[in-house]
Amino acid sequence: MAASQEEVTLLGVTGSAFVCRVQIALKLKGVEYKYVEENLGNKSDLLLKYNPVYKKVPVFVHNEKPIPESLVIVEYIDETWKHNPILPSDPYQRALARFWSKFIDDRVVGAAWKAVYTVDEEEREKNVEESFEALQFLENELKDKKFFGGEEFGLVDIAAVYIAFWIPIFQEIGGLELFTSENFPKLYKWSQEFVNHPVVKESLPPRDPVFAFLKRRYESLSASK
Amino acid sequence: MAEEVVLLDFWRSPFGMRVRIALAEKGIKYEYKEEDLRNKSPLLLQMNPVHKKIPVLIHKGKPICESLIVVQYIEEVWNDRNPLLPSDPYKRAQARFWADYVDKKIYDLGSKFRTSRGEEKKAAKKELIEALKLLEEQLGDKTYFGGNNLGFVDIALVPFYAWFKANDAFGPLNIERKCPKFVAWAKRCMQKESVSKSLPDQNKVYEFIVERRKKLGIE
Repeated sequence: MAASQEEVTLLGVTGSAFVCRVQIALKLKGVEYKYVEENLGNKSDLLLKYNPVYKKVPVFVHNEKPIPESLVIVEYIDETWKHNPILPSDPYQRALARFWSKFIDDRVVGAAWKAVYTVDEEEREKNVEESFEALQFLENELKDKKFFGGEEFGLVDIAAVYIAFWIPIFQEIGGLELFTSENFPKLYKWSQEFVNHPVVKESLPPRDPVFAFLKRRYESLSASK
Repeated sequence: MAEEVVLLDFWRSPFGMRVRIALAEKGIKYEYKEEDLRNKSPLLLQMNPVHKKIPVLIHKGKPICESLIVVQYIEEVWNDRNPLLPSDPYKRAQARFWADYVDKKIYDLGSKFRTSRGEEKKAAKKELIEALKLLEEQLGDKTYFGGNNLGFVDIALVPFYAWFKANDAFGPLNIERKCPKFVAWAKRCMQKESVSKSLPDQNKVYEFIVERRKKLGIE
């Protein structure tokens, strides 16, 4: 899709679930873009210029106009390239999509990370419990749908890539049995459908390097005990 | 058009205030139900089983939760008048970004500032002033964040005005001196009926904070 004056850039890091969300959205819309790999230990002037508030990735830049925050970016992409819609058209369904995406950010992302990457055992246990509770809500919300978005994946599915790809990695590293087909049959089945969807598959980072990086982080955490 | 609109709310909730302002801006008639947060109604627990929090907007029997999501819902359903978000996608993204920034920073920092002491209080004060200054920069020379009319970021932020007296009494935050532009903006917003009727009196909030500080043993 070569629009004459379109300049689309994504600043990211390989292995970030938040960057991945944006990549899935761009792939779904068939938008060509330039990808810039950032070094978070040595942030580029470009990143600091485009996201002075948080200095984080992803940052999406369209015709030199920057947008940070993955869910804000995904909504922008949906509003700018209108085919293959990511959000539903009905206002109530849109409110639900936004609600569950925010739920994932508020109640799953932090808890799932801390369920593994916390040195204090009590704190870790608390986060395991919170993650379990949160995933239960999502299991119930999914019901018998193929995706949270229905027949095709939508905003909530994109937000939930964290669950489908990253949580299994954390689990393996930390020896945790949280997100399993026994505990969450529907959600687990959804995760398999989602990671194997052609658009998503092409947008996911390679598993081995991400695993290796996250494992090193885990080991340095336990070593600092 | 007998549309049933109900708002489950709590007088002191800045998140509830956001929804009240949006409903007022759109001229929507609704039933206001005050919740007792220490004794939540079965209706609230049924309508927001996930978070059990207010505000909850109930429209034709269906609940919508999370204040900024509710405001966007109101915008999209009553889309024939007083737009609360810009029509340009990039400006909309900016509005969402800054409203989210307000969510991440302002109210929690305010609370921390009022209820902490010593170094912790100093740190909260510094961070809060920095955040307000950043927002002042965003406002620039505009009348409102939304331009000539009240917009998404204005609605997200203006409930903070209800805590001005309390912040000065228990700081002092000196917000008038440190962030004059912000204060001027807040007062401009308060000249709109949709805002002034949606916010509680500063004195009422102040008295509540006095009581709470006594209970927490802060002097």
